[in-house]
Amino acid sequence: MKILVCISKSPDTTSKIAFTDNNTKFDENGVQYIVNPYDEWYALVRALEIKETLGGNVTIVTVGLAADEAIIRKALAIGADDAVRIDAEPSDAYYTAMQISNYAKSNAFDLILTGKETINYNGSQVAAMLAESLDLPFVSLATKLDVSGTTLTLEREIVGGLQIEELTIPAVVSCAKGMAEQRIPNMRGIMAARTKPLEIIAPVAIEPLTSFVNYSIPNSKTACKMIDPMNMDELVELLHNEAKVI
Amino acid sequence: MSILVYINSNGGIHKSALEVVTYGKKIGENVTVITSGSADSSSLSSLGKYGATKVLVDRSLQNDDAQQLTRLITSAAENMNASTIVFSQDIIAKAVAPRLSVRLSAGLISGAIDIPSPDGNVKVNVFSGKAFGSVHVHSSKKIISVLPNSIQPEITGSDCAVEEYNGNIGAPSIKVIDTKKPEGEIPLPEAELVVSAGRGMKAPENWHLVEALAKELGAATACSRPVADIGWRPHHEHVGQTGVAIRPNLYIAIGISGAIQHLAGVNGSKVIVVINTDAEAPFFKAADYGIVGDAFEVLPRLTEAVKKFHATRH
Ligand SMILES: Cc1cc2nc3c(=O)[nH]c(=O)nc-3n(C[C@H](O)[C@H](O)[C@H](O)COP(=O)(O)OP(=O)(O)OC[C@H]3O[C@@H](n4cnc5c(N)ncnc54)[C@H](O)[C@@H]3O)c2cc1C
Ligand SMILES: Nc1ncnc2c1ncn2[C@@H]1O[C@H](COP(=O)(O)O)[C@@H](O)[C@H]1O
Repeated sequence: MKILVCISKSPDTTSKIAFTDNNTKFDENGVQYIVNPYDEWYALVRALEIKETLGGNVTIVTVGLAADEAIIRKALAIGADDAVRIDAEPSDAYYTAMQISNYAKSNAFDLILTGKETINYNGSQVAAMLAESLDLPFVSLATKLDVSGTTLTLEREIVGGLQIEELTIPAVVSCAKGMAEQRIPNMRGIMAARTKPLEIIAPVAIEPLTSFVNYSIPNSKTACKMIDPMNMDELVELLHNEAKVI
Repeated sequence: MSILVYINSNGGIHKSALEVVTYGKKIGENVTVITSGSADSSSLSSLGKYGATKVLVDRSLQNDDAQQLTRLITSAAENMNASTIVFSQDIIAKAVAPRLSVRLSAGLISGAIDIPSPDGNVKVNVFSGKAFGSVHVHSSKKIISVLPNSIQPEITGSDCAVEEYNGNIGAPSIKVIDTKKPEGEIPLPEAELVVSAGRGMKAPENWHLVEALAKELGAATACSRPVADIGWRPHHEHVGQTGVAIRPNLYIAIGISGAIQHLAGVNGSKVIVVINTDAEAPFFKAADYGIVGDAFEVLPRLTEAVKKFHATRH
């Protein structure tokens, strides 16, 4: 099985979110980047498990600048065999997906895994765009993935429930919770990661379709109104007459 | 401006469908709806009230296969030369809208929470609801996927025509083996009222208190992540950064501390009520109404108060 896992970075979940340059740019000051949790915990670990039982190779790909090599090394330490960095700022989901698609077209992967979404821009767009561009079937938000020969069996969330599906490789799958358990890299993994191959390739010319013009932070809540725990009639009254939500 | 709105009409017309038809009407005059679901013609026709000029339905598509849906919507969009395509941001939209974006070279705005501003930019949630971003689309065609509960459905017209449509959808690439849908529950992302509980409930057998309040309110139930992780509650109820993100009108948080990763999934809620024994719980900072008290005593009292409120109103 030749597996490609798409890895992106995201700010550590406790990062303070602020903007600079007249609210047009994310303020990276003091922000610690981590491997996007869905990509690491679910997509990468499941790819490694499949490789461990069926053999094959796990390649990771990131569209990003040199600073992103820290998260690439982390993913290699967890167990990926080799890495590719497409040397460009991932301007929008379309741009990112087209870069990965261009790379994947010349490398015949059996399976491409992504995370459910990045937790910064939360687009949940890259994987389906990649699938369309490669003309491959795509299963979104899979919570289970099994491989038998050339058949994939998947469980995924659908509107208000779960569905079990079958398809033939090659395919693109986005991975959600349930797919695998988080793995902590060990010392040997960290040492090995230093010498694993990391190929840097130039981007192809693509015009992004969208851009963020500016950002804002929601107004902070007005002070919380405290209500006597003995007087729930008052709460109901406020929810009805003041908040108008019931 | 001709607008094409995709709705999922499986099992009838959902509130999210009324929201996106209303959204379409607000941004253009000629609003065509495309659907593949099982809703009957008379309920589809009622979408005219919310602004649809016509509804196209292709009943040959099953299981919401994303590639087939992409072909169906592409065909309708090309036939009518749609300038904007509107979705409700659900699981189907997440699989189909990006495909369509590539196929039509149309910029995709996912998670819109408002109609476009006069300069055409659209506001979306970013950083798990901790900030808003304003998105500009460079292409002439756009796709907008609207977060549920972002817009109030409005009646502006009357019933419209429903036409059978053949979108040449081709064969499905994915075979569905089995589908499991819990019956009768309110799907969390669509719910207007949500009652949610965390580790403060102590054990799964205490959830009847949470469920009783939810039932009395007509609310969906949700939970914090540790509660789903230890198996007290099903995973689809887990809200937050790594779970479902919701923005109901009312979110009642019981025995949940209010960690930043939990807040990320619920801070778009209009009104937040927090019930916690610890007056220092961080959740109170994000709350509109707070009750410092023991859930085991407060919940039955609140359920009773809601019951009384409903009784006096009927
Ligand atoms: C990367 C990452 C992602 C995460 N994603 C999520 C996510 O998506 N969603 C999520 O929820 N969490 C998430 N978490 C976990 C999060 O940080 C918190 O640990 C979690 O939300 C705490 O759950 P809790 O509030 O139920 O439990 P606790 O923190 O244990 O809080 C229990 C609360 O109940 C109160 N309490 C106790 N007894 C009673 C009583 N009798 N009556 C009333 N109140 C009582 C306590 O005062 C306390 O405030 C994530 C963490 C990480 C690191
Ligand atoms: N810059 C990137 N490089 C590689 N993969 C990415 C990048 N951005 C997003 N992805 C992948 O696409 C998934 C969905 O991202 P998004 O569409 O931004 O929510 C992520 O979970 C990653 O697996």
